[in-house]
Amino acid sequence: MRVSIDSATCQGHGRCYDLAPDLFGEDEEGYATLTALTADGEVPAGREGDVRLAAANCPESAVLVHEEARL
Amino acid sequence: MTVDDRFTEEARQQRIAESQLGTVNEIITGPVKDWTTDFSHFEEEYAENAIQIWDDLRGRCPVAHTERFGGAWLPTRYEDVQAIAYDTEHFTSRAIIISNVRPPLDIAPVGFAPPISSDPPFHHDARKLLLPAFTKANVAKQAVTTEAFCHSLIDGFAGRDVVDAATEYGMYIPMRVIADMLGFPQEDTEKFTRFVENVLEGANDPIEERQERGMALSNYLFEQVRDHIDNPRDDLTTYLLNAELYGQKLEPQHVVGTMTLLLIAGIDTTWSAIGASLWHLAKNPEDRKRLVEDRSLRPKAVEEFLRAYAPVTMARLVKEDVELGGVQMKKEDWVLLPFPAANRDPERFERADEVVIDREVNRHAAFGLGIHRCVGSHLARMELTVALDVWLDRVPEFSLEDPAAVRWSAGQIRGPRALPLRIG
Ligand code: HEM
Ligand code: HEM
Ligand code: SF4
Repeated sequence: MRVSIDSATCQGHGRCYDLAPDLFGEDEEGYATLTALTADGEVPAGREGDVRLAAANCPESAVLVHEEARL
Repeated sequence: MTVDDRFTEEARQQRIAESQLGTVNEIITGPVKDWTTDFSHFEEEYAENAIQIWDDLRGRCPVAHTERFGGAWLPTRYEDVQAIAYDTEHFTSRAIIISNVRPPLDIAPVGFAPPISSDPPFHHDARKLLLPAFTKANVAKQAVTTEAFCHSLIDGFAGRDVVDAATEYGMYIPMRVIADMLGFPQEDTEKFTRFVENVLEGANDPIEERQERGMALSNYLFEQVRDHIDNPRDDLTTYLLNAELYGQKLEPQHVVGTMTLLLIAGIDTTWSAIGASLWHLAKNPEDRKRLVEDRSLRPKAVEEFLRAYAPVTMARLVKEDVELGGVQMKKEDWVLLPFPAANRDPERFERADEVVIDREVNRHAAFGLGIHRCVGSHLARMELTVALDVWLDRVPEFSLEDPAAVRWSAGQIRGPRALPLRIG
């Protein structure tokens, strides 16, 4: 699974970094960032649920989840 | 260093004069005849039954209208509220509290209290100035003093069986926090009570009364500004005095407008959220017991209280004629933006009319949507969390003393203004 932040729609509500503070962070203005764990856009194994939860709670739908077909 | 000479008597008078301009219409009060064609959020019926009114309207007239206030609309579906919040082409924030005065057209895009009253492109620049002070990491620094303050309020309840959780607890917490951040004297808290009192509820009052209240607040802020110019310190007021936009210090009206905004926007809102949450728990002993016993549930419960009892409805003015939700809106019509009604739309939320304290998926809009997302949302969440934590840990047993004595505010900010609770 891959994840990214749509910085054009993120308004800094912070639901993503409230719910998964190791997967999402805030920049100095409160907008969402990826973290060391997600910097390459890859969701660490076993953390797919947390990413989906963050996406489902973002009021602006700015956490973009890219599900991949299972091989 | 040059003397800061922006905050002259002239600037103070200018602020008062500006607040008196605008297009005035006749004030209409009295019971609502029909909520679809004559709504008014200032009537007692709305204070008591807003939730039922929204649910009823959403089903049969999703964009209601009134001739009051010189013409206004009330959408209740999530998708319509969202569309308006996102559409800054057709809707201006030149005014965000409905009253009987439409501020003059030429105050856009800055408006009376940037950034809430501002439109793009100026809005973003004014907002950017505030964002760093209000990040989650920065507001966390206020948590320790907030917690100590909540404890001191509860210490004050010693020996009493009944306390008013609205006026003796919830109200003081945001006042104290924002006064600390702006660097105002702690002993002035009582003054803020008067500035904020009935503001939301008072927007339908005679214009002279509103101006008098506004003047008292303006005078106080100019006093604080002068004191901070003489004695700069590490707080938001000094920060705003030194802040620059486009290579220049801010206009005096911008500084005082933003201070007004921070003071007013942070107090009734958070007070309402704390009160509504305690009201819910006083009425629902099972939810109360679960939260007392299981702290890990509390963050989800806080979000659910924000969804179900969202305190803030904003407003816009129509900038260009536009069709929305099947109605034709005309330039200069008011439009309410009831985030609380959007949060209860069953199209958008499962079990929308129930309070589910462990709700997992909660994409609520209590702090707005789009470019005006509440700058204070991280601060408000911190205050609400600390206020509930301290209360639940210190006062695990409480119930409504007299349900009939609970009074909810009318107007755009909704929350309990009288909330007598039996404690212990
Ligand atoms: C539970 C408490 C609060 C709620 C529900 C709330 C809600 C809102 C909402 C819905 C907006 C959007 C306005 C719009 O779309 O026109 C807003 C804006 C704003 N709020 Fe809050 N608020 C709360 C607490 C606070 C606090 C504590 C502060 C700061 C001290 C604050 C400062 C602001 C500011 C500065 C804006 C304007 C943002 C902009 O226009 O860019 N709010 N608030
Ligand atoms: C939270 C509940 C709020 C209450 C009770 C409230 C109340 C008031 C009141 C009483 C005034 C003075 C208007 C008058 O003359 O009567 C006022 C003005 C203003 N409020 Fe609020 N306000 C609230 C929220 C907000 C929010 C969330 C914002 C922006 C975020 C905001 C921005 C302003 C601005 C900019 C003004 C000056 C505009 C004017 O009165 O012409 N208010 N508000
Ligand atoms: S929850 Fe959404 S809007 Fe908020 S910071 Fe995260 S991505 Fe941005």
